[in-house]
Amino acid sequence: MGGLLTEAFLSSLLTGAIVAAVPILLAGLGEQMSEKAGVLNVGIEGMMLMGAYTGFLAAFQTSSLWLGFLGGILGGLLTALVMAILCVRMGLNQIVIGIGLTLGAEGLTALLHHFQFSRSYPRLPAPERLDIPGLTDLPVIGPSLFARHPIVYFALLAVVVLALLYRRTNLGMTLRAAGERPAALDVAGGNVVGIRLAAVLFTGAMAGLGGAYLANIAAGLFIPFMTGGAGFIGIVLAMLARGRPLWVLIGALIFGAALSLTTALQVAGSTMPTEVIQMLPFAAVMLVLVLFGRRAKLPSALAVSYERGAR
Amino acid sequence: MSTSVAMATETANDLPPVPGAGVIGVHRVTKRFPGVTAVDDVSLTIHPGEVHVLLGENGAGKSTLVGILAGLQEPDEGYLSVDGNRTRLASPSASLNAGISTVFQHSMLVPTLTVLENLTLGAPWYERPPRARIEARMAELKREFSLSLPLDAVTGDLSLGQQQQIEIARALLRDSKVLILDEATSMLTPQGAQELGARMQKLVKGGLAVIFITHKLAEAYQFGDRISVLKQGALAGEMGPEQLKSMTEKQAVDEIVRLMFGREDGATSTEHRQSTARAETLLRIEQLATEGDADVVGLENVSLALKAGEILGIAGIDGNGQKQLAEAVAGQRPVSAGRVEFDGIDITRATVAQRREIGLRYLTDDRLEEGSVGAFPVSENTVLKDVGRPPFWVNGIERPARIAQHARDLIARFSVYTPSETTPIGRLSGGNIQKVLLGRELSGEARAVVFNKPTYGLDLQNIDASRQRISEIAAQGMGVVLISTDLDELMALSDRIAVIEGGRIRGVVDNDGGGEALRLRIGRMMAGAEEHMETME
Repeated sequence: MGGLLTEAFLSSLLTGAIVAAVPILLAGLGEQMSEKAGVLNVGIEGMMLMGAYTGFLAAFQTSSLWLGFLGGILGGLLTALVMAILCVRMGLNQIVIGIGLTLGAEGLTALLHHFQFSRSYPRLPAPERLDIPGLTDLPVIGPSLFARHPIVYFALLAVVVLALLYRRTNLGMTLRAAGERPAALDVAGGNVVGIRLAAVLFTGAMAGLGGAYLANIAAGLFIPFMTGGAGFIGIVLAMLARGRPLWVLIGALIFGAALSLTTALQVAGSTMPTEVIQMLPFAAVMLVLVLFGRRAKLPSALAVSYERGAR
Repeated sequence: MSTSVAMATETANDLPPVPGAGVIGVHRVTKRFPGVTAVDDVSLTIHPGEVHVLLGENGAGKSTLVGILAGLQEPDEGYLSVDGNRTRLASPSASLNAGISTVFQHSMLVPTLTVLENLTLGAPWYERPPRARIEARMAELKREFSLSLPLDAVTGDLSLGQQQQIEIARALLRDSKVLILDEATSMLTPQGAQELGARMQKLVKGGLAVIFITHKLAEAYQFGDRISVLKQGALAGEMGPEQLKSMTEKQAVDEIVRLMFGREDGATSTEHRQSTARAETLLRIEQLATEGDADVVGLENVSLALKAGEILGIAGIDGNGQKQLAEAVAGQRPVSAGRVEFDGIDITRATVAQRREIGLRYLTDDRLEEGSVGAFPVSENTVLKDVGRPPFWVNGIERPARIAQHARDLIARFSVYTPSETTPIGRLSGGNIQKVLLGRELSGEARAVVFNKPTYGLDLQNIDASRQRISEIAAQGMGVVLISTDLDELMALSDRIAVIEGGRIRGVVDNDGGGEALRLRIGRMMAGAEEHMETME
């Protein structure tokens, strides 16, 4: 194994980790807000997939990556709007609606892709990168950390901004009250439905952005079912992170690293059997769940719809 | 806003002022829920500088009235006024904006948030928590009302009394004009209740109006400047400050008891059943105790004896341990101390099925949830407590024909109105479900039956039929424990009446047909007023 830690190996590992982590991070941050507010958003996988499709479509038609991201956000938002109306306004079961949205988005995007892109499989040009002068030239971490698309920095910035908002404003407290004991927020003059609606829409926007990143930056094309459970991993991260955005980042990096390790090990020409290598991400998931799963503390009113005066 | 719009949408500010309505006026308010009129044509005036006590039993409409004032419900008829202006309180925030703060019976704090966060709950999300301002105000509150709270403690770690102080502090921080305290002493120690009383007096001296809801007479007299008594949703009477000052405590309590439990028509002759009690004791309960918690009253030192052919009434305000007593006797609730004896056999550790086998039956008050499976046909419900046993099950195989025959017999004997025995029981009326359950409990060798609120929620005809049935059961020599919140029912049927309050038996009285005097004496015990020892058994 001595020859494994070459610069090429480490660099590709780190690059892969970040590429794989960003969509999970965005989804996890979104889901975290929704779960804080008491809405278990199982539809996030569908929101990501819709974002990936609409994001790719917008980028492909306009030849602008930025409009592509906007398209992704809108796709995620629209899907989240369905969830917000059905689950928050009308109080339907969040899990049933979430699964329905995910299945629906999978079918719809696969169908649209079949008619539009299945003969040509068009690709987007390689994205421009934001080089940070000086830092990009560092060995190993230079190219992997400091030569990324701006959206990567946006995701990292989101971690900091959300952490500050939760700590320094009433936002964190209002969300937690909505998720922990919505009746208490209601009688204190807060707006339970409003904050939950906003949280679900935010989740949709973040998931849509994550999906657009997956299609436009990581892959450069749209393939049906391409999210491959990234949204669900986001749900797990949000549940394990106990309300802290930084923990979502750490979790996303661990999962990202485990995913990219499979590629990196193969690039480095490891003699390890392929089966073992491909098992690694799942082993990492199990390990994390064993270590931290029991300490996950979920809001009391998670997945419970709120109706004033109901006992 | 143009005049025509104002006319069309009858908003609060456009309505004419209501003179002499105090800080809050409740004007002929009625609120109905399916099947019951919770608040019936109630008018109240809340004056600043007064503790206004709303007194009444559970189900008297107190909590509904609180819900209306807090903006959780809107009246079906009548209206509210604030400072003499007719007002709609359509949401909790409308109520808060009108200067009304409510401390609900059950804590409305978020247990995982800190005290400071709970104090600022409801503020716009983008603002920063105003820590310095709240610290300054809390220092003031500490000086004036000796309210002292650890701002950074997690709310769920504090005692119930401290949590209540958070809610009171929150009301004061909002500069409320009216503070509503709903059953505020029910979770406090006696000392905590005294402190709360003293604090209320300080608050009203500062010009606040306090609405204090309770069902305890002594507290009403001690803490209240004005007392309004609610009975079955309607206002039964009101005692103003002058009237209260002119009375001794005993006079005042007597008057309140008369308002709460007396009969308006003054009729004293309750139709009283001839006793059929026999000599032998069937059921003996000795120093029984069960675990309680924040929501459920535990039993303490309950001792009762039931003779064959006797009806022993259990009187009390709902939620004082009646259900726990019934369940402990039926074997559905673990017992922490004491023993239960049936026909000379210790059954304290016996299972539900064993108790049923020897003839001890329990008819729950929760007909739909606990008593029956709504989607199952009537026939299955009649054998629900005999699943797997012969003759309805033989070697583990269900015998539908026998079950159907049994059900048809029961339907005929207890005159159940149902299309057929295959109808799902959930489609029957409450009275008919009750008949099926009664038939089920009386089938086989029943020797004693515990009835928990057997006529609750039934119509008059079914109430009469049920009472008749209970009399017949006793006449046949079975023992009956009759738990009821309806004093008339208990006085009409029981040989003796035990009064339960706070999980303890406050006294057992012979039902000598004593009429009004007996009724008031029981009412006094139900409300937790002191009863002299010589009347205890």
